[in-house]
Amino acid sequence: MLTSEQLKEYIQQGLPCDYIDVQGNDGQHFEAVIVSPEFTGKSMVQQHQLVYKALGPRMRDEIHALSMRTFTPETWAKR
Amino acid sequence: MDVQERIKQQVTSSPVVLYMKGTPQFPQCGFSGAAVQILKACGAQNVVTVDVLSDPEIREGIKAYANWPTIPQLYVNGEFVGGADIMREMYQQGELQKMLENSAA
Repeated sequence: MLTSEQLKEYIQQGLPCDYIDVQGNDGQHFEAVIVSPEFTGKSMVQQHQLVYKALGPRMRDEIHALSMRTFTPETWAKR
Repeated sequence: MDVQERIKQQVTSSPVVLYMKGTPQFPQCGFSGAAVQILKACGAQNVVTVDVLSDPEIREGIKAYANWPTIPQLYVNGEFVGGADIMREMYQQGELQKMLENSAA
């Protein structure tokens, strides 16, 4: 079963994160908060696409549902 | 017709198109249900929904169309807006309401 720890590692392997938190313990539904410098200057759609890209085929094969909130280091500091 | 062509026709034929699992009355996934609720809360009237569960070709094709691996997907005036998370965030910031008003939905 996929754990939130594993999912966190998968994302970090493909995307440099200043901060990442992944919750979810049923193996299928996860919630993530991700702060990455890569998000700077990108739209929300593009930010989520970067996370999906980091996960690659896992998004199709292993992960049923991933809800996420993405922040640039700047927007994260302001919240 | 090629599935990508079909999708292009679908998303440009109405101002607001939501690809979802199930129907607004009977959504088959929590995220799709949430997307419907958000559009309702925005007062959007003429939303066209496409049930991807009833069309496997569209279900796969739509993921490639927007380079977006998940459903629901919202399109306004033919442009991909986002999935459920982005819809929620835009709704909370009042942006989605504005976008829908301007789309004449």
